[in-house]
Amino acid sequence: MRLLAFIALKHLLARKRQSIVSLMGIVLGVAFFLAISSIMQGSEEDFIKRLVDNSPHITISDEFRNPRVQPVDRLYGDKGIVSISGVKPLTETRGIRGYEKILAYLENQPDIKVSPVLTGSSIISFAGQEKGVTINGMIPQEIDRVSTIRDYMVEGSLDRLYANPDGVLIGVTLAKNLSLALNDTITISAQNGNVRTLKIVGIFKTGRSGYDRSQVFMNLKRAQALLGRINRINAILVKLDQPNQALLRAHEIEAVIKYKSESWQEQSEDLMSTLAIRNKIMYTVVSAVLVVAAFGIYNVISTVVMEKHRDIAILKSMGFPAADIRMIFLIQGILLGVAGNLAGVPLGVIFMRAMEEIEFRPPGSTEAISMPVSWGMEQFAIAATFALSAAVLASFLPARKASHVQPVDILRGGL
Amino acid sequence: MATLLKTENLTRRLEEEAIPVTLVRQANVEIREGEYVAIKGPSGSGKSSLLYLLGLLDRPTSGKIYFRDQDISNFSQNKLAQLRLEQMGFVFQFHFLLPEFTSLENVMIPMRKLGNLSDKEIKIAATERLAELGLADHINKLPSQLSGGQRQRVAIARALANNPKLILADEPTGNLDTVSSENVQEILQNLVKTHGCSVVVVTHDPEFAQRCDRTITIVDGAIVEEE
Repeated sequence: MRLLAFIALKHLLARKRQSIVSLMGIVLGVAFFLAISSIMQGSEEDFIKRLVDNSPHITISDEFRNPRVQPVDRLYGDKGIVSISGVKPLTETRGIRGYEKILAYLENQPDIKVSPVLTGSSIISFAGQEKGVTINGMIPQEIDRVSTIRDYMVEGSLDRLYANPDGVLIGVTLAKNLSLALNDTITISAQNGNVRTLKIVGIFKTGRSGYDRSQVFMNLKRAQALLGRINRINAILVKLDQPNQALLRAHEIEAVIKYKSESWQEQSEDLMSTLAIRNKIMYTVVSAVLVVAAFGIYNVISTVVMEKHRDIAILKSMGFPAADIRMIFLIQGILLGVAGNLAGVPLGVIFMRAMEEIEFRPPGSTEAISMPVSWGMEQFAIAATFALSAAVLASFLPARKASHVQPVDILRGGL
Repeated sequence: MATLLKTENLTRRLEEEAIPVTLVRQANVEIREGEYVAIKGPSGSGKSSLLYLLGLLDRPTSGKIYFRDQDISNFSQNKLAQLRLEQMGFVFQFHFLLPEFTSLENVMIPMRKLGNLSDKEIKIAATERLAELGLADHINKLPSQLSGGQRQRVAIARALANNPKLILADEPTGNLDTVSSENVQEILQNLVKTHGCSVVVVTHDPEFAQRCDRTITIVDGAIVEEE
């Protein structure tokens, strides 16, 4: 085997220029593959990270995926004996029933962080102006578990909500619209006529204008009183250690507690499928680069085989079996593939570093951002594996041809 | 002396040609150990074809080949390759050295393929082989840096690499000047004595043929005379 590798290497070194050109094909292929896949992967990760960080991984709401089955239907449903019409649900205070039990169950799972929330719509009035907002009643000490709102505070702080039960956090757009400032006092009224006076203890800016205009955070107890739903919540927000597990975990949770549990993937299904399609396109395109490079390898090894017919005949006459001859040329493919990776991966890393340095300002944005580059190991693995297998495949055909050379045909021909 | 190689009614036809050609017909050849045999005949008579058959490089259309009384006509290609590696050495009209490798490496390749010796021993043995043929100063030169005669001597050294029982030479002096040719002829003749191997030479040079113990004359693929 060492002898075969030695012969293979000599063949390649004997035609340095050709070998280098075909090597460059692989090197550039691997480097571009890495550059493109890292930027695509990076932007996807960046996008998902924003999506995942800023929203709960699983939202358990106070509804059921399928309407509750009437007892009479459960008994006689498909027999057509009884029919009921004009069903009107009982008027009751809505919310998740027995949520303390559910919370206790969820908190027992090691990979889960939860916090209850009561959301509802109400109206903020200030200086004669009124704005409809969504209030999020939460336990202030638990907000950090399921939300990243702390990172977006521009004035005041989340901690002040801990100390002041009558405090409220509002978005920067709302503050601007209503000319509100930190420490101002506002009046919030609910649909049922309840009115509370609250003090602004913090202003946040997430960059999503809809969110900054309409969302308001306040103490859970105060929200329950305001909305007239004492001891009720209507959603449980869940964060997972592994956001990717959300889809699976949501199913598991829903199977146990019956309330509708939506994972972030489900909530943004359309975006996820767009990303999946984008990924496929990207891998197709960058693979094409490597396929082209593989043709370069095929070319150089075919040429070597053609030029080396005589040497193959000599080696065979010496007593090298066909398998050895095939191996010599396969090794050349492997050598080119390995060398291509050895040079291509560092070059790709240089490309990736360079891209990270690039800063640009997206239209309509005030802050410059840099290109999101992913350093995930799997793309290195994919690039290296793909390049190596392309090289081996490309050398396989010429290698097989070489092994079929009959020494007599060459010797008889003289040269 | 014991028989090294024997053929029985060896025939080789090229069937795939438009007009089928018979290269060798009904040849019965016997090579004994330590014998120096010449195959001569006009060009196109089938001398080389017979040599390739004896060297197991080509397979006969019909007939049998025995190596040391063992019928090897039905050996697989791989077994034949192993037999060539262990028992045979080839010298061709054109030196046919591997151009990327130095003289020493060219001689070492069959030894390394056989793998009976350590790398160090192989290097020593190969150097000795080359020195024996007066190439001590040229062991690290590439074939392109050697003269025709020197190349042919490297080729002989390579053929001798694994101490074969049989050396097959196809017009080894066909491409050389008189002095080099004389030199190569002498070397081949000495091999029989110094290495105890049999040598079969294809040549159309009658003088060369005369140095041999025995001459097989072949015309139109058939053996017409043995002396």
